[in-house]
Amino acid sequence: MAFARGVLRSVLPFLVGIPLLLALQTFLDSQGIDYWTIILISIGINVILAVSLNVVNGFTGQFSLGHAGFMAVGGYTTAKVALAFANGAHGLTQQAAFGGALLCGMAAAALAGLVVGLPSLRLRGDYLAIVTLGFGMIIVSIVENVDALGKAIGLSGLPGLTNVTWTGVGAIATVVMARRLAVSTQGRALFAIREDEVAAEAMGVDTTGYKVRAFVISAAFAGLAGGLIVHLLQLATPRSFNFIRSFEVVVMVVLGGLGSITGSVLAAIILTVALEALREFQQYRMVVYALLLIALMLTRPQGLFGTRELWDLPLVRRLPWMRNRAAAGPAGAPPTEVRGETDSGGET
Amino acid sequence: MTEFLQHLVNGVSLGTIYALIALGYTMVYGVLKLINFAHGDVYMVGAFMGYYLAGFWRLGGAASAGGGATPGSVVRAFLITAASMVVCGFLGYVIERFAYRPLRDRPRLTALITAIGVSFLLEFGFQLNFRGSNFPPGPTPRIFPTLFEGHDTGWLSALGVNLYTTDLLTLGVAILLMVLLQWIVYRTKFGTAMRAVSFDHQVAGLMGIPVNRIISWTFVLGSALAAAAGILFAVTRPRIDPLMGLMFGLKAFVAAVLGGIGSVPGAMVGGMVLGLSEEFVAGYLLSSYRDAIAFGILILVLVLRPSGLFGRTTVEKV
Repeated sequence: MAFARGVLRSVLPFLVGIPLLLALQTFLDSQGIDYWTIILISIGINVILAVSLNVVNGFTGQFSLGHAGFMAVGGYTTAKVALAFANGAHGLTQQAAFGGALLCGMAAAALAGLVVGLPSLRLRGDYLAIVTLGFGMIIVSIVENVDALGKAIGLSGLPGLTNVTWTGVGAIATVVMARRLAVSTQGRALFAIREDEVAAEAMGVDTTGYKVRAFVISAAFAGLAGGLIVHLLQLATPRSFNFIRSFEVVVMVVLGGLGSITGSVLAAIILTVALEALREFQQYRMVVYALLLIALMLTRPQGLFGTRELWDLPLVRRLPWMRNRAAAGPAGAPPTEVRGETDSGGET
Repeated sequence: MTEFLQHLVNGVSLGTIYALIALGYTMVYGVLKLINFAHGDVYMVGAFMGYYLAGFWRLGGAASAGGGATPGSVVRAFLITAASMVVCGFLGYVIERFAYRPLRDRPRLTALITAIGVSFLLEFGFQLNFRGSNFPPGPTPRIFPTLFEGHDTGWLSALGVNLYTTDLLTLGVAILLMVLLQWIVYRTKFGTAMRAVSFDHQVAGLMGIPVNRIISWTFVLGSALAAAAGILFAVTRPRIDPLMGLMFGLKAFVAAVLGGIGSVPGAMVGGMVLGLSEEFVAGYLLSSYRDAIAFGILILVLVLRPSGLFGRTTVEKV
């Protein structure tokens, strides 16, 4: 029974989501408003990125700065596969080939995640920040040197197959993955590592194993986002995957609250729309991001929602139709708001 | 042979600069257990301070052709370096005081995110460009002026090796600074206090050591070394841009980890090893993957000997 409910919870969002997305896409296509289509796709891609990074940075309490590196691995793999199989095909075959290419991209990114995560996650978390940042930059420098990947110019002439449906399905898959992970044994182990790694290890949690798994899952979805981006732009260039991209995703996750899925989704939407609205002030964007990050850490380090979800907030719980839920108590993340004060450093 | 010597010269010159930056990482990590992400950017600011100060003293165009290094211009170069070190030392103090100190008792991740924020603030703040203003410099690289005359006198041209006065001066200054640091850390009262704070800052506080002041001075010292490294680097490779500290800082961090993070002699040796191996591997084997070498080394160190060459293995306890 519990298993069946689990399966239903994983499948239902797709059953409801896919027809809605198809309808939305048909509507957008019939209206011919490309501008909004592109904004919606950007939002979807940023949701995938923010939620998947949240699995490592929020759930597990590690800190990855190389999300763009995994996007690059996924993006280039997807591009290569799609160029080989989807370019000549038409209609459903083409869509199926694109889906397969996206899966290949995810697999390649997951493999890269394993290679990067295995050595660095055996140690304390802050090494991960350095290794992933370096990894992201090296991926870019490798791409710029390999002929088969088009060097600095990149791969062009990709089929423009990314649409609202594919992006929406990707975003739903990411959110469902994160949500199902959060309420599972795996997720509890990740939270335990975040709260206190030493205690988690003492309780028999295979800390390295869980950290690496979280990292691989996160990398796979970053690869998915990479695959979607290159087929949105119809171009895979190293410039789309530089460290600025990783930094943007980090800001989204931190703003939404490390560990909060709804927070990440909301932050991804807010930042994408705000960015679009403030296009003239492009020059100041990264400076504002950096200031935002510092100000958040100094005044509200838990971000918008902390580790809680939207429906755990007092305001939302008071809504009439949320009463039943509220009585049942928060189902998701553990109720800790202030993270453990155990590792202030120095005394170990 | 010539090629080998040339790589050796370049490797040593690069290695000393890595070592100077790695020292800052390692000292800050020693006292705070924090990877100061902004350290590489302090190095960048140091180079730009040198650039602006040199412009202020109008040195760029004044270098006359030929002739040896005149004593006057060398003194000016030292003054510029010293001034830049003071400015960056102050910058390091400000960063510690306003960004890190309020977070000292918070979870480590909070401080790490703040450090990343500070780093990006410096990088992108320096990339801003206001019309009609020379500062901030904007994203295009600037050419660092020649600080003293006779900088390009070759010393080993008989062997076909490019070894200029600047290289020798760089090496001399770097060694001088490292000896000075070694003396400060191991022979002065401040150094003793710093090592005590690094060992256990709570107990050090109970023993009457002014922990806050020691940490501030550690930042000042590390940042000043980074500024010196910035100028020494810019003197030999005169293209500076606001992102120069990003990759270079990461590699210097690798040097610190390689030597054993928290260990002062380790940082020096790590910097040298990294500079030489990067130069030789890039020179003989894989020239396009220069930047990847450092991270290959980092991953090897993390797998084989996480405590580094000179570090002690510590087990995290409750």
